[in-house]
Amino acid sequence: MIELKNVVKRFKHKGPDGKTAIKTAVNGLSLRINNGEIFGLLGPNGAGKTTTIRMLTTLTQPSEGKILYDGILLEGNERVIKQKIGVVPQNLNFDQDLTAGENMELHARLYRLPKNKREQRIKELLKFVELEDVVNDSVRKLSGGMKRRLLIARGLIHEPDVLFMDEPTVALDPQVRRRIWELIRQMARRGTTVLLTTHYIEEAEALCNRVAIMKKGTILDVDTPEGFIDHYGRYLAEWEGSWRFFMEEAKALDFIKSLIVKGSVRPTTLEDIFMELTGRRE
Amino acid sequence: MTVFWRDWIVLKHRMAAFIISRMIAPMLYMFAFGWGLGRSIDTGVGVSYLDFLVPGILAMNSMNISFNSVTPVHAERVYHKSLEEYIVAPIWPPAFVIGKITAAVLRGLISSIIILALAFAFGAQVVTSIWFWLVIIMNCGIFAGIGFLASMYLSTYEKMGQINTYVLLPMSFLCGTFFSTKTMPDMLRLIIDILPLTHTSVTLRAISLGQPFEYLSVVALLAYLVVVTVWGCRAFEDLRK
Repeated sequence: MIELKNVVKRFKHKGPDGKTAIKTAVNGLSLRINNGEIFGLLGPNGAGKTTTIRMLTTLTQPSEGKILYDGILLEGNERVIKQKIGVVPQNLNFDQDLTAGENMELHARLYRLPKNKREQRIKELLKFVELEDVVNDSVRKLSGGMKRRLLIARGLIHEPDVLFMDEPTVALDPQVRRRIWELIRQMARRGTTVLLTTHYIEEAEALCNRVAIMKKGTILDVDTPEGFIDHYGRYLAEWEGSWRFFMEEAKALDFIKSLIVKGSVRPTTLEDIFMELTGRRE
Repeated sequence: MTVFWRDWIVLKHRMAAFIISRMIAPMLYMFAFGWGLGRSIDTGVGVSYLDFLVPGILAMNSMNISFNSVTPVHAERVYHKSLEEYIVAPIWPPAFVIGKITAAVLRGLISSIIILALAFAFGAQVVTSIWFWLVIIMNCGIFAGIGFLASMYLSTYEKMGQINTYVLLPMSFLCGTFFSTKTMPDMLRLIIDILPLTHTSVTLRAISLGQPFEYLSVVALLAYLVVVTVWGCRAFEDLRK
């Protein structure tokens, strides 16, 4: 289980007046992620999703608060915890001077996999992501979708208990996106805990057991995608850029009929709740 | 070891290009200053200018090679973000710094062997010893460490280039590479004599010409090496802040 307790991250940055100012990217975040679940962090740009992942993966230190992995404090136990986690970053951060296979081997060596296991895992994972044919190709030559799949394979090489995926399908075509979703589901079936950030709401809806919606460094709500819909209302009445949630379709239809203006009723989606919480339609 | 392995793989991919490119500048220096201009220069110490020049070129070249071997770390940090893979991995952070410096030392050594072979081909008389190679290794380590620090702190590639212009280039000409620092004004000499490349050039030249050398210079080089390595380790760990 991963626990974040009142985690805060502040950065120094240059304000509009050119003077150094402090920006709070994550503000008192508390969260619990259970073993074996696919957990999604949803939020608009600047919500603090990537900063949260960077703190969880030791790339940056929290300014305040605690992060615990199975009850073990991250601070001071980084090397033990790093062995248990895998990271699929948002940017394609391969070693540009190496081939796909060498990038995999570099990662395997960093995680101290013995030589015989290294070779076996590289073969196995490249097959898993259907990239066996490009093992000796420079990573520079791979397509965007291939690079994303290779990133996932690289993140899994040391069989991590937890996999962090920061916008794993950003800028990919629908076919590759669906293929990556299937890979994520397969990993979860094997018992890997997956924490992913995304701003594709349908991605979170399709993949995640639970979702946290973030805005301006804080969590607005956490629930299952179905739980959100049950809580806010199964039907959405919309009229002239406004909306209202209803539990029953009949009540939503009656409401629309009572309006002078034209409107419509449809089943609620997670995106509707995201809009409601983050105020993006305002 | 893994960090060194990575740099070794990259070097293996480019070994031929690396060796050929390393031969060009020293060959030109030996042609121009050793054979050409050098024939009319009296060194004042009873040796040919080529014999005087070779240790200086070795010092300067090992400085440039080792510094530039580490500078791709800047792109890995700022542009490709591939440095993050090492930060996330369960490695001892100083192992990254030591691996990078060691790989740069290897490149510096290969390059120095090439220059020495060329120098012999040009007819130079150079005496080497364990101390001679130890000084080259320390020189490579120091400038690899400086390259690493620049990669950690500088924000743009342009600023990295400025280190070459404002630091390495002046040192190349002022730190005893082409002429003795003894001919310089006292005030300037005070500063130049402190710089690591001066210690390397002067010590290598003394060993090469069979003269006694200052052990204090070796101690100074070791001190520089320790400082840049420790500072580099701190800078790498500070990336998380």
